[in-house]
Amino acid sequence: MSLAMPQPDAAVLAKRAEIAADLRTIVPGEGVVEAPNEMRVFETDGLTAYRQLPLVVVLPETTQQVSRILRYCNERNIRVVPRGSGTSLSGGALPLADAVLLVMSRFNRILDIDYVNRCVIAQPGVTNLGISQAVEEERFYYAPDPSSQIACSIGGNVAENSGGVHCLKYGLTANNVLGVEMVLITGEVIRLGGKHLDSEGYDLLGVMTGSEGLLGVVTEVTVRILQRPEAARALLLGFPSSEQAGQCVAEIIGAGIIPGGMEMMDEPAIHAAEDFVQAGYPLDVEALLIVELDGPGPEIEHLIGQVEAIATDNGSTTCRISQSEEERLAFWAGRKAAFPAVGRISPDYYCMDGTIPRKELPRVLAGMREMSERYGLRVANVFHAGDGNLHPLILYDANIPGELAKAESFGNDILRLCVEVGGVLTGEHGVGVEKRDLMPVMFSQVDLDQQMRVKCAFDPNHLLNPGKVFPQLRRCAELGRMHIHAGKMPFPDIPRF
Amino acid sequence: MTTFTPTADEDVVASVQWALAENAPLEIMGEGSKRGIGRPAQTEHAINLSALSGITLYEPEELVLSARAGTPLAKIEELLKRNRQQLAFEPMDYGPLLEQPAGRGTIGGVLAGNLAGPRRLKAGAARDHVLGVSVVSGRGELFKSGGRVVKNVTGYDLSKVMAGSWGTLGVLTSLTFKVLPAPEMEATLLVRGLSEGDAAAAMALAMGSSAEVSSAAHLPEGISTPTLNVLLGSGPKTLLRLEGFGPSVAYRFDLLHRLLRDGGVIERIDDSTAVWAEIRDCAPFADNTDRPVWRVSMAPSEAYKMVAELRMHAGAAAFYDWQGGLVWLRMEAEPEAEGIRALVAHFGGGHATLVRASPSVRASTPVFQPQPPALAALSARLKEQFDPNGILNPGRMG
Ligand SMILES: Cc1cc2nc3c(=O)[nH]c(=O)nc-3n(C[C@H](O)[C@H](O)[C@H](O)COP(=O)(O)OP(=O)(O)OC[C@H]3O[C@@H](n4cnc5c(N)ncnc54)[C@H](O)[C@@H]3O)c2cc1C
Repeated sequence: MSLAMPQPDAAVLAKRAEIAADLRTIVPGEGVVEAPNEMRVFETDGLTAYRQLPLVVVLPETTQQVSRILRYCNERNIRVVPRGSGTSLSGGALPLADAVLLVMSRFNRILDIDYVNRCVIAQPGVTNLGISQAVEEERFYYAPDPSSQIACSIGGNVAENSGGVHCLKYGLTANNVLGVEMVLITGEVIRLGGKHLDSEGYDLLGVMTGSEGLLGVVTEVTVRILQRPEAARALLLGFPSSEQAGQCVAEIIGAGIIPGGMEMMDEPAIHAAEDFVQAGYPLDVEALLIVELDGPGPEIEHLIGQVEAIATDNGSTTCRISQSEEERLAFWAGRKAAFPAVGRISPDYYCMDGTIPRKELPRVLAGMREMSERYGLRVANVFHAGDGNLHPLILYDANIPGELAKAESFGNDILRLCVEVGGVLTGEHGVGVEKRDLMPVMFSQVDLDQQMRVKCAFDPNHLLNPGKVFPQLRRCAELGRMHIHAGKMPFPDIPRF
Repeated sequence: MTTFTPTADEDVVASVQWALAENAPLEIMGEGSKRGIGRPAQTEHAINLSALSGITLYEPEELVLSARAGTPLAKIEELLKRNRQQLAFEPMDYGPLLEQPAGRGTIGGVLAGNLAGPRRLKAGAARDHVLGVSVVSGRGELFKSGGRVVKNVTGYDLSKVMAGSWGTLGVLTSLTFKVLPAPEMEATLLVRGLSEGDAAAAMALAMGSSAEVSSAAHLPEGISTPTLNVLLGSGPKTLLRLEGFGPSVAYRFDLLHRLLRDGGVIERIDDSTAVWAEIRDCAPFADNTDRPVWRVSMAPSEAYKMVAELRMHAGAAAFYDWQGGLVWLRMEAEPEAEGIRALVAHFGGGHATLVRASPSVRASTPVFQPQPPALAALSARLKEQFDPNGILNPGRMG
C-alpha cells in the first residue's frame, strides 16, 4: 500500500495527551477515546485496504460541542477528519495519524417529522434507513437508497452525495436534501436551505453535497420524503449478449419509460449470485436485466407489456414478470446479494464505481475482458443500467504478495477507460483517497485549482480531511495569486457595438 | 462602451483577461432577457454571449444534451419537443414580467438564474438537472466541472455553484443538461372557491398522496390574466397537475378526486398546458408596470400566513405555486423589503427576491435576501475565489 498522505505534524503528535485532555473539557466522559486498542474500531472505513489509527477520537453530541472542537483545532492548527458510520468505499473517513477523528454517531435523533411540508429533520448520525423507518407508518419514505442503507449515516450520504438503485427516477442525495446546519472550521455555525426550496444566494448546499468532509461538518439535515409508490413489479430479462441488453435499456428509455430501477449483471456476477442465493436466474445468458416499474397499479399494467415487447424485440431469451411481491423480491435477491456472492468465490474483491455513457457498455466490457486476461484476475460486473454507473468487482487474494497492487492497477485501468469513453471516475462512492491520484485523468490542473479554491473559501488552512480528493494540496495563498496579461483588446476584428 | 460578442471559448478568455488588465468590469449577458433582475449594472463594458451558440451534443436515448451558453432556450426546447423530450424543470420565462418579449433567453441564463417552473416540486430546478459546465472565471481561466453522465461525484460540483450565481462567479461557455421524456399527457384538477388556508391544506393533502401530483398552485380571487379567464373563469382556483401515461393519469385523477371531493367544487381541465405556462411565467403580474414584484420561497404550510399578515400592513396581491411555498407578491406601492423579510423570518424562514422594480428602487433595496453574517462572509469568500478583482457583474447580487 503506497499511499502518500500529508506528512504528520510532529508538534501535534507530541501534544496528543494534552489535546485529548482539552477535548475532554468540551466533551466530557466517554466522548473522548484515546487508548489505541479502543481506537482500533475506527482505523479504517469501507475501504479496508487502508488503515491508520487517529490521533484521538471525539464523539460530540451537540452542535455547540462540534463548534468548540473545530474552533479549538483551528486555533491550534490541528487536522480533523469527520466520520459518520465509516462505510465509505473510497477511504473518505480514513483517519490521519495527527488528526482528531470527529465521529458523528451520537447525533442519532430525528428532530422533526413534517408530513405537511413532506420533510424530515434529522441529526447526521441517523441512518439512511432510519429516516424511512421513522415515516413508514404514514407510507412515506426517503428515496435515495444506497445498498449500505442500514448502516450509513445521512450525514455521510450528504458528504458523499450517495445514490442507490432508484436514482434515475428519484435522484441522488443532492436532489433530495433541502437543507443542512453545518459548522465551519472556525466554529461558526451556518444554515443552508431549510423547509423551503432553493437558495437566496450561491448554491452552497449544492457544493456541500458530495464534498467528502472537506468543507465543514454537517450537524443537521433536512430531507424531502415521498409517499411510497402504490405498487411495484419487476421483469427479469436474460440476453445472449450485453449489446442486446444495452439496446433494450436504450429502447425502454427511448419509449419514454423511466423505470424505478434498472440493474444489469454480467455472466460471472449472475453465476456467483445464483450459486449463493438460488434466485432462479438463467445461467445460459451473458447479461441479465432487472427492470422494476413502480407507481400506480394501472400505470404498471400499462407499461409492463411494452417493456416485455421491447425485450423480446431485442432477443431476450428469458422474460419473467413478477406475479407477486415474493417473486419480485426473489428477482432482486440475487442482485442484492451480488457483493457477498462474489465474496464467496474469491478471498477478496475490490469494488469499482465508474460511470459511462450507456451506449459505451459493450466497448467497456470488452476492454475489461482484455484487462482481465492481461492481469490474470477475474472480474464480475453489476451495473446501474439506467444511469450508466458501473460496479466492476475485481477478484483477488490479498494473501498472495503483489495481488492487491495488481487489483488496484487493474481498477485504475478500468477507470481510465471510463473517462476515455466520456464517463467519470466515480458515480457514487466518492474520490476519497482511492481515486485521488487519478483526478488528473479527468481534470486539468486549472480545473483542479478552481475546485481547491472553493476549499480555500471554506477551510483556507486545509485542516478538514486533508489528503482526500485532491492529488496535490496547494497552499491557498499560492492559488490566490493572479497572473494578469498585458491589456490587449481581444479579437479586435469581431463586431461590437 | 465596448460589447464583446465572442464566438468561441478563447474569445471569452481573451475578453476577461482584457478586462482584468484594464481593470474594466464587465456585464455578462445572454440575450439580456433577465437584465432587469438584480442591482442595475454599473459597468461600461459587456460580454454578450448570444453568438456563442449551438447545440453540440444531443443523444435522446442517453438523456443528455450539451449546448454553448448563448444557445436560445427556445431552440433547445423545440429540438427536445420534436423528440418527445423536455427539460423537466420547466424553466420560466421572465420576459413578460419584465416588459420584454416572451420566448427569449439563453441556456446559460437558465442556469445562471437557476430557473424552474411549477414542476419544481417534483422535478427540481436547473441546479438539479445540470450535469456539467465550462466556465471562464473572473481570473480569466477556462475550467470545466462535471461531465455528461447523470451519476457523477468526481470532485466538487461547481456546476451547482454556478446555479443562481447571476454571472457573478464566472462566464458560462457551455453546459450539459440531463433531459427527460415529455409526459404523454397532462390533466389538471381544479378546485374552486377555497380560501388561501384551505387551499394550502388541500395542496398538502394532494402532494402527500400517491397521486404523484407534479404541480400545485393556488390563484386567489382577482388573480387572473385574459388567458386564464377564458380557460378557468373567475373566483379562487386551486390547481393540481397530473402528468404521465394516459391510463395512469386517469387513475390518479380519480384518486385525487375522491381525496378532495368534500372540499369544494371539482372540475377537470384537459388541456392545461397554457394554464401552467401562465403560472410559470408569473403572467398575472405581467402588467407593464414596474410595481415591485417579489418571489418568496418558504415552507408551504407557512407562506399564506405570512401573506395574510403582510396584507394588514401594506397593499399586496399574491398567488401561490409549489404547493403554496412559492409566493409571487405584487406590492401596490413601496417594496416593503424589511417588513416582508421580517415576516418571512417570523413564519419559519425562507427568502424573498425582488424580481421586478424600477432601477432606482433596485439600486436602493437589497434585491437578494441578505444573509446572516457568517454565511454572507462565506459567500463573499467564495466570490473572491472565482472573481478576486470583482470584474464580473459587480454589485449585481448586492
Ligand atoms: C456494502 C456497502 C454498500 C454500499 N452501497 C452504496 C450504494 O449503493 N450507493 C452509494 O452511493 N454508496 C454506497 N456505499 C458507500 C457508503 O455507504 C456511502 O458513501 C455512505 O454515504 C457513507 O456514509 P457513512 O455514514 O458511512 O460515512 P463515512 O464513511 O463515515 O464517511 C464518508 C465521508 O463523509 C464524511 N462525513 C461523514 N459524516 C459527515 C458529517 N456529518 N459532516 C461532514 N462530513 C461527513 C467523511 O469525512 C468521509 O469523507 C456502500 C458501502 C458499503 C460498505
